[in-house]
Amino acid sequence: MNDIRRMRILAHQDRDADTNERVAILANDDDPRSLKDRFAEIDRIELHFPHFTDGRAYSQAYLLRRRLGFEGDLRATGDVLIDQLVQMERTGFSSAVLKEGVDITDAERQFARFAGYYQGDLASN
Amino acid sequence: MYQYTEFDKSFVRSRASQFRDQLERWQDGRLSEDAFRPLRLQNGWYVQRHAPMLRVAVPYGELSSAQLRMLARIAREYDNPDPEVYRAASEAQRKLGTERLPTHCAHFTTRTNVQFNWIPLDKSADVMDLLATVDMHGIQTSGNCIRNISCDERAGVAPDEVADPRPFAEIMRQWTTLHPEFAFLPRKFKIAITGASEDRAATAWHDVGLQLVRNDSGELGFRVSAGGGMGRTPVIATLMREFLPWRHIMNYIEAIVRVYNRYGRRDNKYKARIKILMKAEGQRYIDDVDEEFRQIVEHDGAPHLISQTELDRVSASFVPPALNAPLTTFDDIDPDAHPLFARWLQRNVARHKDPALRIVTLSFKRLLQAPGDASADQLDIVANLADRFSAGEARVTHTQNVVLPWVRANELFALWQAAREAGLASANVQLLTDMIACPGGDFCALANARSLPIAQAITERYEDLDELDDIGEIDLHISGCINSCGHHHSGHIGVLGVDKDGREWYQLTLGGSDGSAASGTAQPGKVIGPSFSAAEVPDVIEAILTTYRDTRERHERFIDTVRRVGLEPFKAAAHAARTNDEETA
Repeated sequence: MNDIRRMRILAHQDRDADTNERVAILANDDDPRSLKDRFAEIDRIELHFPHFTDGRAYSQAYLLRRRLGFEGDLRATGDVLIDQLVQMERTGFSSAVLKEGVDITDAERQFARFAGYYQGDLASN
Repeated sequence: MYQYTEFDKSFVRSRASQFRDQLERWQDGRLSEDAFRPLRLQNGWYVQRHAPMLRVAVPYGELSSAQLRMLARIAREYDNPDPEVYRAASEAQRKLGTERLPTHCAHFTTRTNVQFNWIPLDKSADVMDLLATVDMHGIQTSGNCIRNISCDERAGVAPDEVADPRPFAEIMRQWTTLHPEFAFLPRKFKIAITGASEDRAATAWHDVGLQLVRNDSGELGFRVSAGGGMGRTPVIATLMREFLPWRHIMNYIEAIVRVYNRYGRRDNKYKARIKILMKAEGQRYIDDVDEEFRQIVEHDGAPHLISQTELDRVSASFVPPALNAPLTTFDDIDPDAHPLFARWLQRNVARHKDPALRIVTLSFKRLLQAPGDASADQLDIVANLADRFSAGEARVTHTQNVVLPWVRANELFALWQAAREAGLASANVQLLTDMIACPGGDFCALANARSLPIAQAITERYEDLDELDDIGEIDLHISGCINSCGHHHSGHIGVLGVDKDGREWYQLTLGGSDGSAASGTAQPGKVIGPSFSAAEVPDVIEAILTTYRDTRERHERFIDTVRRVGLEPFKAAAHAARTNDEETA
């Protein structure tokens, strides 16, 4: 069930907080399999949303988590708005950097709204 | 009908409260117009030419009488424009020639949903709360996501059915609802499903078309097609699997949609549907889907395998109602003594898998109202008819009518009388005036031309039932623009509104098919020449029909004559019916 938020949400100004991590960045037309052999040396993979209506990164997240077994931090960057955070978490994202100017205040209650979903989510596995 | 569990009910209520939250944030400026648009669209809220439009989902077309009464209430109390909005709209449409814009009504669509044209956006959250009280919503009726699933209007009652598709449609409804990975696809994605040998759901015209079949061993599965669609580039779906075991249908659809989500074009909305990806990739797309499906099954552990227990649980909602149908299959009314009733029996009443029952179509194609429009009072009447004659259940049809699926044979006369009183007994099912038409340029922001005046002109010209019967079965489909909501591509006669120099023109096509047995293999119609003016269209259609009646061989249907003799005689007749050649577009 998704009544507890697991995902870490960073305000835009905190986007560089984790400076020590080894990061790989994947454009949304890159094949996630290209990173598979490097998982051991990667702490975080960043998936970029050029616009929030471009949903390719959701499939990339699914593939990285479920198909390829990536266990590090999976982070959403770019045009990240609060109404998409829940579905990001549900497809396997573990952190997100909000777009500049987006207020986190309204985000919390979105995670508590639904008692459950019809699909088996990666977040609840 | 499917009985909503407490989980289903609470889910719909949560969705309504989520929408209210989003609406309020948009109203006070915390949510931008751009960010709000996809959210309202995925709840069915458009902003149209004059006012917002709400599209309510009717999963696989089934409506209970309680739901119909709620739709009636919404039509009566909320489909009510602000006087200033209505004045401006009427003024704008009067310039085009529209005398009156209907309000306080609902509209049945070709994908078996229900639309309202006048509900103010500031009442939208209240309406969603009301809908939720009868398990209804607008989830994914718009936006670039998996849309409401449409189905055979005779599912579970058709004599030609291999298996009832509704339990599968319901399982698919659940799986597609708020699927987190597929909320922002390149473009909209439509699924249609049938379990019968006759295709009443235009499956070949859908992004995914499913037909339940049995293999040589008698096992149940799906014939799966993908990549069909209308719009600028009409494409008939490609066969993906001749037989897919039913348990795997969600795993396989996940593969289809995931490959589309990753590789479908996003740079041009007119090239973003799955049909374009499949055209470009050909066999490679099919291979990619097969490989993704294999990975889902072998690596991911087939997470969406449908268990027999789950199918049984959902199927239990679809058991036939206990009707105590009498053994007699005949009415004691002599049809010969009631010629109008006899016509209605012939046109609007179909055989049922239970010999004591009938499937009855209430026709929403009649004078003075647009095709598929239902007033608040008519919605209440349909609810009453459903309760009295059809176990409380009605179905919206692909052709914008309403079907009562559980009518006792010996109650047909009483039903006919009641339907006639309500103006819902036009004996025209599948005839010329049983046309499909989109709302067109009277309501829709995308339309290039109005559809409804064309529909009205044809309805007025062909009031004589003898003449309609003589013309016979024919599909007339009218769209106000190339988005093809009026399915003009699949009409035996298709009418497409086009805009030239700010004036309304209409392109005609002949020979299209939705894929039903009577229409033949699904295919788009062919254009018969330059566009016609609105005033010419009824004359041109009459000329085409006259050519058909002069050319046909005994009992030959219109579509068959077109196929036999080709377009030329029709083109010539249409051209001769032009009133002013210099002005043609």
